[in-house]
Amino acid sequence: MKGKINIVLTGVGGQGVVTAANIIGKAAVRVGVNVFVSEVHGMAQRGGSVNCTVRLGDVSGPLVPNGSADAVLSMEPSEALRYIGYTNKKTKIITDIVPVIPFTVATGDEKYPELEKIFSELEKYGKLYKIDAVKLAKDAGALVTKNVVMLGALAGADVLPFKSDVLLETILENVPKKYIDINKKAFGYGIKAINP
Amino acid sequence: MQIIKDKPGEKTLLLGNEAITRGALEAGVDVATTYPGTPSSEIADTFSAIAKYFTKQNKDPGFYFEYSINEKVALEVAGAAAISGLRALTCMKHVGLNVASDTFMTYMYIGCRGGHVIVTADDPSCHSSQNEQDNRYYALFGGAPMLEPSTPNEAKEMTRIGFEISEKLQSPILLRTTTRLNHVRGSIQLKKMQKPRRIGNFEKNPMWVTTPDVARARHPELLKMLKAAEEISENSEFNKILNIGKPFDWGIVTSGVSFNYVKEVAEDLKLDIRILKLGMSNPLPKKMCENFIKSCKNIIIVEELEPILENQFKVIAYELGVKVKFYGKSSGHFSRLFEYNPDIVAEAFSKIFKVKNPYIAAKTSDVKLPSRPPALCPGCPHRATYYAAKKAQPKDVIYPTDIGCYTLGRAKPLEMADLLLCMGSNAGTACGLAVATDKKIISFMGDSTFFHSGIPPVVNAVHHNHDVVITILDNRTTAMTGHQPHPGTDFDGMGRPAKKINVEDVCKGCGVEHIEVVDPNNIKETTEAFKRALNFKGAAVVVSKSPCILLENRDKIKRGEKILVYQIDQEKCRKCKTCIGRFGCPALYFGEDGSVLIDEAQCNGCGNCATICPFGAIHVKEEK
Repeated sequence: MKGKINIVLTGVGGQGVVTAANIIGKAAVRVGVNVFVSEVHGMAQRGGSVNCTVRLGDVSGPLVPNGSADAVLSMEPSEALRYIGYTNKKTKIITDIVPVIPFTVATGDEKYPELEKIFSELEKYGKLYKIDAVKLAKDAGALVTKNVVMLGALAGADVLPFKSDVLLETILENVPKKYIDINKKAFGYGIKAINP
Repeated sequence: MQIIKDKPGEKTLLLGNEAITRGALEAGVDVATTYPGTPSSEIADTFSAIAKYFTKQNKDPGFYFEYSINEKVALEVAGAAAISGLRALTCMKHVGLNVASDTFMTYMYIGCRGGHVIVTADDPSCHSSQNEQDNRYYALFGGAPMLEPSTPNEAKEMTRIGFEISEKLQSPILLRTTTRLNHVRGSIQLKKMQKPRRIGNFEKNPMWVTTPDVARARHPELLKMLKAAEEISENSEFNKILNIGKPFDWGIVTSGVSFNYVKEVAEDLKLDIRILKLGMSNPLPKKMCENFIKSCKNIIIVEELEPILENQFKVIAYELGVKVKFYGKSSGHFSRLFEYNPDIVAEAFSKIFKVKNPYIAAKTSDVKLPSRPPALCPGCPHRATYYAAKKAQPKDVIYPTDIGCYTLGRAKPLEMADLLLCMGSNAGTACGLAVATDKKIISFMGDSTFFHSGIPPVVNAVHHNHDVVITILDNRTTAMTGHQPHPGTDFDGMGRPAKKINVEDVCKGCGVEHIEVVDPNNIKETTEAFKRALNFKGAAVVVSKSPCILLENRDKIKRGEKILVYQIDQEKCRKCKTCIGRFGCPALYFGEDGSVLIDEAQCNGCGNCATICPFGAIHVKEEK
């Protein structure tokens, strides 16, 4: 492929952000597209904010410059807003709509903004797609497939330089056999959610 | 297993750390050692996973691997193997090399016979570290040849070829990485796996015994070795010049991950420039550097952290007597702080070349977002230990702490981490605080930290009769870095049975006269134990034993046991906030109507919130 594609994935530790980024990377290698994926390990994983980047094509490193994301894929609404610096008017911002409340809010020290406020802000910065991935994952048969729903949404958003089947095949290669149908469903729900 | 596929030419996606392991396997590594530490841990974890894979099938993995007790011992184990002619790799985080530095500095004098690659994983921006020291100084300090990869594939190649360089020079070499290499995935081109040598041969020689006369004889040899290394550096495939556009008299010198940002920004800004990429950055290829300097009137040096290349280039230019303008840290264009990225490099280049920065951040939103710092997991036994210690003595206590998950006890509402320097510092600083203040001292360290460097300060506390309570949080694993085994576990890094060493037995052997062994999930008894320890005049130890909840629950699921979930009886709850405001489990939160709720998805079922609730309002809901 020619040119660069920059994808920023965000969420909270434990939501499968790193796994999702890794899957996109593996799919790229499968079709011979140059790829770099940056990950977060260690201290940052204990319930903290997680941010990964995937860069495809004519790139020499994993970090996405400001204002250069083609897509932001967020597993949590406030986390999409946290990394808004990566976006430009054309950026596709795809976010799950279910918040995860940090303990700083539970202890009463800080506040979680109103969801509608978050969405209206996100709309200012790019093209917003809201996905009820928690519900869709449950419908597919398991909450853990939430990140697969989100990957389906990304595949449906026409951002990747390869067909959605490549991504799906890569996902299925990486899950136990008995969960193949659930993951297929979850991925399909994601595609449909973005192209209703 | 993908990582051990012997399919030369095939491409696969690997983490930078996995790529280093693969490079070592392609070089036929015999012995690999480590003490885990972010961002280096996955190098060793990959060796461990491969070894376990073979151990399970009763097969020999072809190499020996161990999670050593600390970095110093790790370097000594692997060093002795390399001295005996085997190929060895030792990996550690940057501050680990401080621990191993005593060994390292003299090891450089005597060298080795088999190749030895020492990986130091630096952490600019302190993502998971207590400082951002630049370990390239160790290459200069100890006189070690050094390689600095920019991408995962290069990391694999440099590891593989690093063994050859090391063997040629009969000297250990450093492979210096940074977090943005260790934790980046990229496409790797596999090469053939070499067969290990397996049995070393220690040739007795008085020159291996570094008495003063031997040291005086070896130091000139070290300098000779560096001269030979310079020749290798001059001809190394890792040192190269790249032209972008139509270069004239502007040049950039860079190494490591900074190269990636330099290349991208230079292309995006359409600069006409020559880039000198230094992959073997110690010793510098002096002739190559001289020629580069002579070909330029202006040179930009781009390197994270310390001005190591910058200062060396200025010396070379001075000795050449040529006039060249340098742009870097001392000119104020680049910072000595934190890791770089394309934006930082673009900002500096746009100032130097007086052009517009091509990367513009979207305006930051005015909506204030809650911070999301890492926290002790729901159900973490450390929280119960902290809670009990505070109950035993609520005021006038100083809490020296240590490196591990429990450092997170610093956060509200516990706020039980007052002083931290490095691995093992809790008990040493506890002694000093007992001398210097009239406060009670309760220090905290994990079990792996205890074995790593926590034992000597315990002995110190006993011998000098310091009035301290030293707490050892024994969760039977090295949790923060990814659950590696340590001398307190009954298996080793190769998945084989190992002799388990009890923390309390060691303390007893160290002469500790007051030892309390508790299960922190019994908060009442743990509180009483802390009270007794505080009343003891002298050094007392509390060993708080409960497995990491993540491992405990994983084992429960394996055994087919259910994990309990707790809920709050809203009629009994008086909103006293003991559970949220004092205990601080992140699974508890206030609902929109102000009622206290438990997030079932997060609850790990420890039940400690039910124990501490003064109104008996929390009980088991169901099995998860």
